[in-house]
Amino acid sequence: MSDLPFRILPQVTETNRHFWTSGRDGRLRFLACNQCGFLIHPPAPICPRDLSKDIAPQAVSGRATVATFTVNHQAWMPGPDLPYVVAIVEIEEQPSVRLTTNIVNCAPEDVTIGMKVQVVFEHRRDGDDDVWIPEFEPAGGATDR
Amino acid sequence: MSFSSAEQIEKRACISGVGQSQIGRRLYRDPLELTLDACVAAIEDAGLTTRDIDGLSTYPGMAPTPAGFSGANAQQVHDALRLEVGWYGSGIETSGQLGSIVNACLAVGAGLATHVLCFRSVWEASAQGDKGRKAAMPGAGGGGTYRAAGLMEWTLPFYAPSAAIWVAMFAQKHFHEYGTTREQLAQIALNARKNAALNPAAIYREPMSMDDYLAARIISTPFCLFDCDVPADGATAVIISRRERARDLRKPTIRVEAVGTALRGRPSWDQFDDLTTMANRDAAAHLWSRTDLTPADVDVAEIYDGFSFLTLSWLEALGFCKAGEGGPFIEGGDRIARDGDLPLNTHGGQLSAGRLHGYGFLHEACVQLWGEAGERQLAATPRTAAVAAGGGNTCGAMLLARE
Repeated sequence: MSDLPFRILPQVTETNRHFWTSGRDGRLRFLACNQCGFLIHPPAPICPRDLSKDIAPQAVSGRATVATFTVNHQAWMPGPDLPYVVAIVEIEEQPSVRLTTNIVNCAPEDVTIGMKVQVVFEHRRDGDDDVWIPEFEPAGGATDR
Repeated sequence: MSFSSAEQIEKRACISGVGQSQIGRRLYRDPLELTLDACVAAIEDAGLTTRDIDGLSTYPGMAPTPAGFSGANAQQVHDALRLEVGWYGSGIETSGQLGSIVNACLAVGAGLATHVLCFRSVWEASAQGDKGRKAAMPGAGGGGTYRAAGLMEWTLPFYAPSAAIWVAMFAQKHFHEYGTTREQLAQIALNARKNAALNPAAIYREPMSMDDYLAARIISTPFCLFDCDVPADGATAVIISRRERARDLRKPTIRVEAVGTALRGRPSWDQFDDLTTMANRDAAAHLWSRTDLTPADVDVAEIYDGFSFLTLSWLEALGFCKAGEGGPFIEGGDRIARDGDLPLNTHGGQLSAGRLHGYGFLHEACVQLWGEAGERQLAATPRTAAVAAGGGNTCGAMLLARE
């Protein structure tokens, strides 16, 4: 891990721990309402549909679709080689749940809106709070190696 | 949804004066002093004294924000001018920068104050100093113990610290859905630069061509450098007065015909329901629901351009063209030019006149309505102006009319 570029890590709390540590077993998880199944993101202590507090993390397939993206050329901070791709992806099980993320293992010029992608985690050690950053790569795996 | 005008207390408010400080790059002046310069100028412009000011409103007020984002809070101005107010307030959780103006209108309409001093002050250029944009980014130094929290939790860990990236993704979606092109979007920047040439207070006044625009370095696709506004130091102040007190004032007042403050989508950049539009959709629809005027009645539009695409998005949201037709609407630039059907950002916008963060557009609308814009005054002094500010999940709009 020592050769990974600088990355600002999330502040892990009891509210979001399930999300940022979910990649430990390679699965992506969101809070879900046990009454109606609605996925709640960002995490909140209540289901917005039925106001139930009976909620718990639930694994999803990790499949998603690129809703939009940008190829960033500006060095805002220390980080990966330029340019890199920032995207908003829609989660297959509930497309209204979106993640801002990076598209990796793929040349920036090959990223398109509507592209099918799958989650891939980057493990970062952060004291007692190891985190797994959910990035996405082309469905079917890397295309740039 | 529609309201009778009797129920709309913003119509009890008017604009009675405006003022601006020195504006520039890296002035290295005390931001509070810049703020007070603008406030005093606005008070004098209205023909009032500090004793007449009994309300105070600002954006964002005392809030954790990046360096340079706020030059003074309400209490500092209150104390420096020894104001005695019946009402005051500030905050960043409102309908964009104009939310602070709307709050003042409501306070005046409700009888809590008669003359409200509103201000917005920035010193983002000096805050960056010679270290560039990185200096204003959280955790930019690398290492350290900074951890992303709040809404930034969902963007910063993905190397997306800037609104340039967030707005670029909306622009890319629009390009994809509607075939909008960089050459079309360029007109927002080129028009701003052309207008800035006539504004002695603007920061960038030298001519810019389409070739210059297309040759500029890419920041985040589809945005190049000239799609992004220029950080500046400067302050703007506006006096909101009770309309029935117009006789006390030095100038003919500007009527607040309607405001738009709605936010019906999720308060989020990436969870908003429709990525081809923004909260401007809700604020603009709200605005038109509160007036009998229509987009055809607007003589000049002063519309936020923190990024060029935000203006295009607002043009659609406000109904100057249909959703998706913003590109063709501005193509070639004639329609939005000073002598076009809808003169746009007549001072140069934030792209060329400097990022005064929302209030600059309101200032320019008032100056044009009063016929005080000097060399850049429109040939036919406008009667009605649309002002809009903000982007993403924080947007507000106002319709102003000469009495």
